[in-house]
Amino acid sequence: MATRQTASLARLMRAPAIILLLIWMVVPLGMTLYYSFLNYNLLNPAVTSWAGWFNYQYFYTDPAFLDSLWNTLVLVVGVLLITVCGGIAIAILIDKPIFGQGLVRILVISPFFVMPPVAALIWKNMIMHPSYGVFADIAKFFGTSPVDWFAQYPLFSIIIIVAWQWLPFATLILLTSLQSLDGEQMEAAEMDGAPAYSRFIHLVLPHMARAITVVILIQTIFLLSIYAEILVTTNGGPGTASTNLTYLIYRAARLNFDIGGAAAGGVIAVVLANIVAIFLMRAVGKNLD
Amino acid sequence: MGRITLEGVTKRFGDVEVIPPLNLDIEDGEFVVFVGPSGCGKSTLLRLIAGLEDVSAGRILIDGTDATEASPAKRGLAMVFQSYALYPHMSVRKNIAFPLKMAGMDKAEQDRRIAAAANALNLTDYLDRRPGQLSGGQRQRVAIGRAIVREPSAFLFDEPLSNLDAALRVGMRLEISELHTRLRTTMIYVTHDQVEAMTLADKIVVLHAGRIEQVGSPLDLYMRPRNVFVAGFIGSPKMNLFTGEAAAEYGARTIGVRPEHIAISTEGGTWKGRVGVSEHLGSDSFFYVEDTGLAETVTVRADGEIGLHHGDEVWLTPSEDKVHKFDDGGDLIE
Amino acid sequence: MARAVTRNTRIGWTIVAWAVALVIFFPILYTIITSFKSEQEAIAGFDLIPSLTLESYQTVQTQNNYFRPFMNSVILAVGSTLLALIVAIPAAWAMAFSPTRHTKNILMWMLSTKMMPAVAVLVPIYLIFLRFGLMDTRIGLTVLLMLINLPIVVWMLYTYFREIPGEILEAARMDGASLRDEILYILTPMAVPGIASTMLLNVILAWNEAFWTIQLTTTSAAPLSAFIASFSSPQGLFWAKLSAASTMAIAPILILGWFSQKQLVRGLTFGAVK
Ligand SMILES: Nc1ncnc2c1ncn2[C@@H]1O[C@H](COP(=O)(O)OP(=O)(O)OP(=O)(O)O)[C@@H](O)[C@H]1O
Ligand SMILES: [Mg+2]
Repeated sequence: MATRQTASLARLMRAPAIILLLIWMVVPLGMTLYYSFLNYNLLNPAVTSWAGWFNYQYFYTDPAFLDSLWNTLVLVVGVLLITVCGGIAIAILIDKPIFGQGLVRILVISPFFVMPPVAALIWKNMIMHPSYGVFADIAKFFGTSPVDWFAQYPLFSIIIIVAWQWLPFATLILLTSLQSLDGEQMEAAEMDGAPAYSRFIHLVLPHMARAITVVILIQTIFLLSIYAEILVTTNGGPGTASTNLTYLIYRAARLNFDIGGAAAGGVIAVVLANIVAIFLMRAVGKNLD
Repeated sequence: MGRITLEGVTKRFGDVEVIPPLNLDIEDGEFVVFVGPSGCGKSTLLRLIAGLEDVSAGRILIDGTDATEASPAKRGLAMVFQSYALYPHMSVRKNIAFPLKMAGMDKAEQDRRIAAAANALNLTDYLDRRPGQLSGGQRQRVAIGRAIVREPSAFLFDEPLSNLDAALRVGMRLEISELHTRLRTTMIYVTHDQVEAMTLADKIVVLHAGRIEQVGSPLDLYMRPRNVFVAGFIGSPKMNLFTGEAAAEYGARTIGVRPEHIAISTEGGTWKGRVGVSEHLGSDSFFYVEDTGLAETVTVRADGEIGLHHGDEVWLTPSEDKVHKFDDGGDLIE
Repeated sequence: MARAVTRNTRIGWTIVAWAVALVIFFPILYTIITSFKSEQEAIAGFDLIPSLTLESYQTVQTQNNYFRPFMNSVILAVGSTLLALIVAIPAAWAMAFSPTRHTKNILMWMLSTKMMPAVAVLVPIYLIFLRFGLMDTRIGLTVLLMLINLPIVVWMLYTYFREIPGEILEAARMDGASLRDEILYILTPMAVPGIASTMLLNVILAWNEAFWTIQLTTTSAAPLSAFIASFSSPQGLFWAKLSAASTMAIAPILILGWFSQKQLVRGLTFGAVK
């Protein structure tokens, strides 16, 4: 393959993608970093000045920041728990010899294709609405008073919505992994008299370990940036009860016009995302060779 | 026409010199086989000739003209790959036609050549199938068909039979041999297989770590290995190689004796030992004799009817004029 | 024998699986059903049998000019995908068939750009869009979505191309094919399924993008994701109308998605799970 002719041609073909992504990465990130050291408010751009670490300090001492960090953590971990456990269970269920397997699969993965604002609105109005939602209808049927989900349990409600969207992703990937499990190995274990739960612990789980890791890491990347679901349902409230880091930064930038503060928040978000990214890259990188 | 000359051809991958400067002459119409242990650079050498890799130094001449910088397409060579490398999205007919289409040949001539090749290779019934619908042997034939239709000046084969089962391998070997007899086109053939090398080659090139150890006819290499490496590599089962006292008696560092050049007897001889494993093939029997004091197990080939068993005490005698003597550097002492 | 699955256990598992699947699918199903109800029926309480009126669909079109955000979504999704393919196909070819020492690092680096949280560059992108008059324009958003998804496109194509054995391309070269012939007659036909899968997944991702579309559009370039998000502001309780708009927004992509299950796994895990 590697003649000089093809090698120089290859360089030419690679260049556009690399240059574009380099610009896409360096320019905005550089700007974010720069703004994070400025006092810069779009409402009053004339008084822009050097701020040093002020924006970071301000962010760090703001109680809303710690709340948002905590909410981000709860959101990510909550959704991961539901989707990974649920995903394993449903994957195993679909993998059983059932009638209409293809159709079941299609139904289960469908929520993944619903765009976030639609998903959030469906749940907000059709399912969880305190007077017209299906949950309220169920509550009335049992004679209990309906719950106002987004007022009483805002973060939990958002976790439910997001988990519903990502459960298909986890299921699909875990199912793919499950289906690549060596049938002979399972049969051998069955012949050896290993009971079902022990086959699950010693054969199925280790086989799926890699897929589970990938699910956790990729979902984390996306879950750190949950935005539309919050915007459409609770607007981050009541108070900061359902504000995650992404939403906090969005508010600083777009509602308070605090460019410097939002940029500092952005830098923090990059640091957080990178911690996850490092692990993900290791997992994916191993697969390259 | 297909005379290929390598002059000081060298190949480096990064800092690793896979092929040190190498000279080789391949005459028109010759069947040349490259053999050598895995990783010795056989494929690399073939790909250098094909133009699929650039040489790091040196020149490649095809029919006297310098082809070192020519692209593979311009060299007029055809190659048959170990994996067949058929185009999976094309029918057998289209696969075979591809080189002709690339050469811009007119349709009637294309059809004529495809029909001839298909006929010669028993592919006529399969022309409209996709490669995925063929057996390994049939795929191999399509790959050969694709190579022969364009009437190249030389064929390059890289272990073409190694993906086939034993029986098919023998059949295809004969077909390739017939093909060479019929076409009289230069063929360069890489293999691991001793039998393929011995039966097909006009000339065998033994490679070791990118260096040519010896070039010669199969019998030449078998009977007159120029060094310890060739002696040990050519022949199956391997030549017995002894060092130490036994070799010193012959004034050599190492001596080699082929299994068929050692007489085995229960009465008396040079080396005394005990039969370990024995393999009875019917026509011949192989005995692996241990405890001879020669450090290595000695392989002996004997008549099929000889009745020796595990543990029997035997005497071994090498035929004096068939003992190969090698010096400290491993080279043959003439 | 343990292997033989009795009919009864099979029926048992089937019932459980279908129950779970229907629960998961229920919100979508209920939305579709509600979209065929009148507004009065929609808030009248739980009811799975609609009167099958198309009234809500008409209202969405006449009141909100639904067609415009729909076309914006199509243009954004398809446009950004095609742009990404134009840049990514040569790059993936080069990396798959003429790898260098750095290829692996380049790929990993590309992946890392995908991990940059969008909100981290919200400020600069917002300011750039304001400064250059790109706010609420399709062209600005198309290019942005292309950049966002470029790493996934390169990766997916790369994993597909890598499955094409290099020897086949070498065989073509030996057969006298020029580089153009090689790409035209051998590579492209063999890569078509991979390119198609990549397109499909990318269209889905771009269609459902909801951060940048909401940030950078108001009306004229707003795609469906931004359009639907605007329904969250209290403008009356229009359940049926909301359902109709939602159904139309998700239907095309839901159908595309059903066709792309396999590729989805591969694309979203960057080839780590196949
Ligand atoms: N593209 C490459 N980059 C770096 N090293 C390579 C490359 N191709 C081959 N090599 C090295 O060159 C040496 C010779 O390889 P080659 O494939 O020619 O061996 P071979 O004799 O054909 O072996 P085999 O019998 O196993 O096919 C090996 O050590 C191999 O690792
Ligand atoms: Mg080889």
